[in-house]
Amino acid sequence: MIDNNHINLKTKISVENFNLFYGKFQALDNISIDIPSNQITAIIGPSGCGKSTFIRSFNRMNELIPTVRTEGRIILDGKDIFEIDPVELRKQVGMVFQRPNPFPKSIFENIAFGPRAHGIRDRRILEEIVEKSLRQAVLWDEVKDSLTKSGLALSGGQQQRLCIARALAVEPEVILMDEPASALDPVATLKIEELIEQLKEKYTIVIVTHNMQQAARASDFTLFFNMAENRAGYLVESGKTTDIFTNPKNELTEQYISGRFG
Amino acid sequence: MARELFERKIKQIQDEILLLGSMVEQATLDSVTSFKNRDIEAARALIEDDQNINDKRFAIENAILILLATQQPLAHDLRQLAAMLLVANELERMGDYAKGVANNTIRLGINDLPIPYRDIEKMGELAVSMLHRSLSAFINEDISQAVAIPREDDAVDDLFNKCYRTIVNGMIANPATIDDASLLLWVVHNLERLADRVVNICERTIFIKSGEMMEMDGTDDELEA
Repeated sequence: MIDNNHINLKTKISVENFNLFYGKFQALDNISIDIPSNQITAIIGPSGCGKSTFIRSFNRMNELIPTVRTEGRIILDGKDIFEIDPVELRKQVGMVFQRPNPFPKSIFENIAFGPRAHGIRDRRILEEIVEKSLRQAVLWDEVKDSLTKSGLALSGGQQQRLCIARALAVEPEVILMDEPASALDPVATLKIEELIEQLKEKYTIVIVTHNMQQAARASDFTLFFNMAENRAGYLVESGKTTDIFTNPKNELTEQYISGRFG
Repeated sequence: MARELFERKIKQIQDEILLLGSMVEQATLDSVTSFKNRDIEAARALIEDDQNINDKRFAIENAILILLATQQPLAHDLRQLAAMLLVANELERMGDYAKGVANNTIRLGINDLPIPYRDIEKMGELAVSMLHRSLSAFINEDISQAVAIPREDDAVDDLFNKCYRTIVNGMIANPATIDDASLLLWVVHNLERLADRVVNICERTIFIKSGEMMEMDGTDDELEA
């Protein structure tokens, strides 16, 4: 059942009858959903239900796996993503991973890497981008005096904010986050959640999380995925986060969020 | 099913709410009896015993807060705990109505007045019967009962109006009794309000089951005894 009750908001990404296969194994089964613009959409569901596979489809990262085949459409701002050059698409749709993965380079070089790859050479412009990105990721004040220090010397929470700053540096429109706080302590987790809340003003955010409380705290909309008997992931229910966590419509959602399975 | 410990704790709180409900039922019936018998000693004992009702309410509230803090309930579980918090509060307030009846029994002393005892007794019995069944419906999440019980409030309201008219007519006929007769108005008011709060319990039952906040009775103006 799909209840696009956020239909009044502008849609950023529209997923239409999307299927994904790893060889013969179907990982995603006929997903249709609109992801609203400038909102935080959380995806929850039991392990193996295809949450990460689903968001990796948004910037075609699954294509790096040779056996992957897809059906259906994913439309970003009216354009079919499969008709956009993957490098350009990944500039528009950035990604932050579960474990902070800074490059073994200086803080400055971590941020400047993407813009350089997209052709920016002017040192002054790069400096501006680095400062702006670090400010947006609420890390600037903590690292402004040590930009030449290795990114790996930062704490886990700082490293993750560095990775978010790195994603912001190429001025994406959508930021995908796959369990961005699962390796962090509670304080660093709350900092990331506050940061995400600030970022939605400029970006559309899709976040996969195992932490139900995090989805409840940090998102505007929630999609609940489950795994069918053939292990294909499917969308059970979507809606405003406040509705999903207080009064879900589907019995499976109810059981999952109240800890009865998963 | 997972979460056996959590479900066991919910069950314990439900049992405590039923126990608190039965304390309030007994207090209400006793308050009407002591009023009818003009038994000042019994009324004093009732006022003292109200502390047990208050204590029980706080114990329930504490148990619910601990579950909210430690178990992160969501969806049905969250609605159920939130509703139990409110129902414990409703029951405590009902206990205050019984205490109010006892207070007025003491203030009334042994002054002689025309009192519609039978109708006041009937009000108490009806309200207590509604309360008893509403708590069963609350625990069993019985929507059909939760919808049906509030309709009985009309009978309590009718009795209230009848008593009110009798008491006011007595005041008009004998203005010297106005001070004492006004105490009688508080007695019937308290019983009428108790039945109103039963309606709130029924509303919470529907909320637990459906997530819908439904107003079943618009009159919620409050006066203190």
